[in-house]
Amino acid sequence: MRDSLIHQTFKITKSENRPALITYTVAGDNTKKKSLEILNSISKYADICELGFPHNTPIADGGQIQTSAYRAIKNGIKIKDIFSIAAEFKKIKKNKPIILMGYYNMIYQYNENRFIKECQKSKIDGLIVVDLPFPENKTFAKKCKKKNINFIQLISPTTSSSRIKQIIRNSHDMIYYISMLSTTGGKLKVSPKKILKEYSKIKKQNSSKNVVIGFGITEKTIKSLNKADGLVVGSVICKAITDSINKRQNTVTNVTNIVKRLKNRIK
Amino acid sequence: MKLKKKVPLIDQHDKYGFWGGKFGGSFIPETLKKPIEDLTIKFEKLRKDKKFLKKRDFYFQNYVGSPTSLVELKNLSNHLGGAQIWAKVVSEANGGAHKIYNATVHALICKSMGKKYIVGDTGAGYAGKMLSMAAKKFGLKCKIFMGAKDIQRQKPNCDAIRKNGAEIVPVYSGSQTLVDAVSECMRYWVSNCDSTHMCVGSTVGPNIFVKICGWSTAQISRELKNQLIKKFKKMPKKIKLINCVGGGSSAYGFWSEFIDYSKKQIELIGVEAGGPKNSKLHAAPLSRNAKIGILHGAASYVCQNNEGQINETESISAGLDYPGVSPIHCFLKDTRRARYTFATDEEALNAYKLVTKFEKLNPSLEPSHAFAEAIKIAPKLSKDTICIVNSCGDAKKDRDILKKRLGKY
Repeated sequence: MRDSLIHQTFKITKSENRPALITYTVAGDNTKKKSLEILNSISKYADICELGFPHNTPIADGGQIQTSAYRAIKNGIKIKDIFSIAAEFKKIKKNKPIILMGYYNMIYQYNENRFIKECQKSKIDGLIVVDLPFPENKTFAKKCKKKNINFIQLISPTTSSSRIKQIIRNSHDMIYYISMLSTTGGKLKVSPKKILKEYSKIKKQNSSKNVVIGFGITEKTIKSLNKADGLVVGSVICKAITDSINKRQNTVTNVTNIVKRLKNRIK
Repeated sequence: MKLKKKVPLIDQHDKYGFWGGKFGGSFIPETLKKPIEDLTIKFEKLRKDKKFLKKRDFYFQNYVGSPTSLVELKNLSNHLGGAQIWAKVVSEANGGAHKIYNATVHALICKSMGKKYIVGDTGAGYAGKMLSMAAKKFGLKCKIFMGAKDIQRQKPNCDAIRKNGAEIVPVYSGSQTLVDAVSECMRYWVSNCDSTHMCVGSTVGPNIFVKICGWSTAQISRELKNQLIKKFKKMPKKIKLINCVGGGSSAYGFWSEFIDYSKKQIELIGVEAGGPKNSKLHAAPLSRNAKIGILHGAASYVCQNNEGQINETESISAGLDYPGVSPIHCFLKDTRRARYTFATDEEALNAYKLVTKFEKLNPSLEPSHAFAEAIKIAPKLSKDTICIVNSCGDAKKDRDILKKRLGKY
């Protein structure tokens, strides 16, 4: 697993002395075709792409991502479409890591083993399951690892230090640090200095792990956190899609411009 | 899958919080792991703390108004023929429904954790009303999350919530009912768990919330057990305990003490919301064979599609209008200790009409579902069978719906 595409990507960004830019979009927002177009276009600037599989009762997402998810579901997105978006994307950009992110019920209904198999077929590099924390995720994470899929563990400001140790021990190539107590897309209510202090606690335990920071990252805040191994931007992008649709503008162009600007700030 | 005797059902889970190996658990975002762990430790400590138990019993007696009465519905029984129908009038409790038990306990826990803010979800508005009452009583600041559709259809309870000084946060996402209110409340807690305590309004949600709620409402069955022994000298031979089931908090509270009895002696019957007669939508995951899924942090039978998206539900009763159900009811279903069925909107309305025609009782639309089942089965049962319905809510809140559907209230 050391040679995973995710790990290689971090090696490159580290050699370039910058954090990896990780984007989050919802599969099928606002259509299957459009979301693939957006993905292809933003991956010029993004180092890793997260693709959300939308759920209609999310318990950790803020308004922007909820809106995107409801829109995608309303437009009829199905799990098989999500895999086909990912597979199409990987055909064109085979060196760009793609991570699926969502809630456990979708995996549970699909069946864990079948889901992992489909991930392999579509060349998914990693998985984030919001509501399957450690240690409940141990078995599933192991299954993923066996098939060379990174199971990405999450750590939050409320995670105790003994728990952080255990989570790191059970993590693969990437760990996701949640910057603050918030749903996705909240206003950054903690100072970047404090976030980086918590972040360095994780890094100190095992510096070889790639730790990314997410939640509350915007064009304004991204630069202040550029010491991290990677930074995740989601709600800003989802909002851009919503705004573009409302203004009848080109979503692909608008979203790409935002991702380009985000990238420029941390180059 | 087997039930244990002499162990409260709420404690019959494994180390990951699953009942019967597959229902319940804690499917939560990482941020909530610590607050839930803290709450779990606190609750386990408090329930063994004599001082805390004394406090609880004091407030149950002097604030909630425990015990609520057990009455024989002679006119209704005579009209139907067959079994004797009784009602445990839990709606006599302060505020007009069983939700006051859980709300009071949560407010006490919140206080002892040193938190000043409390938030909760509500469907019918009772859980919200009671939490706002308890918050006011114990000096806590309170926010109630409620679906926009429910705010409209349960106005009397909303007025009460506001009068108690709590803020109602309307939820416009999804179907704008209880399911969305619970999601939004959990999201709020994710963002504010350092200063705020969350009360889940029923025996649903992550494991610990199922336990706290069940522990609180179990008071109903303790009272009932005493009342039955006092009235009949010993436990009668043929009892049926009939209760509506949305999340399942009043049903668990009604049954808790009786689970160890044989099914032959005491049958437990749960009645879910079947929705309008001619609609495909319902809120009856147990009796209409929904698949197991994960909703609001727990695994249970859930109304959902093949993809794992949660289905919209429909019921005239806002309190039962929920796509999931308590994991402990799933456990009772699969061990066959309880039997689950449903009543349609129309059957519940007819039951309401009949009960109010014959008796001085004003059950809300939720227990009217349970009365519908009692009315259905009583004529076929022997005279020595005792059907007890938990009349767990008062119909005042349903004023507008009843006026519209029956032409009068």
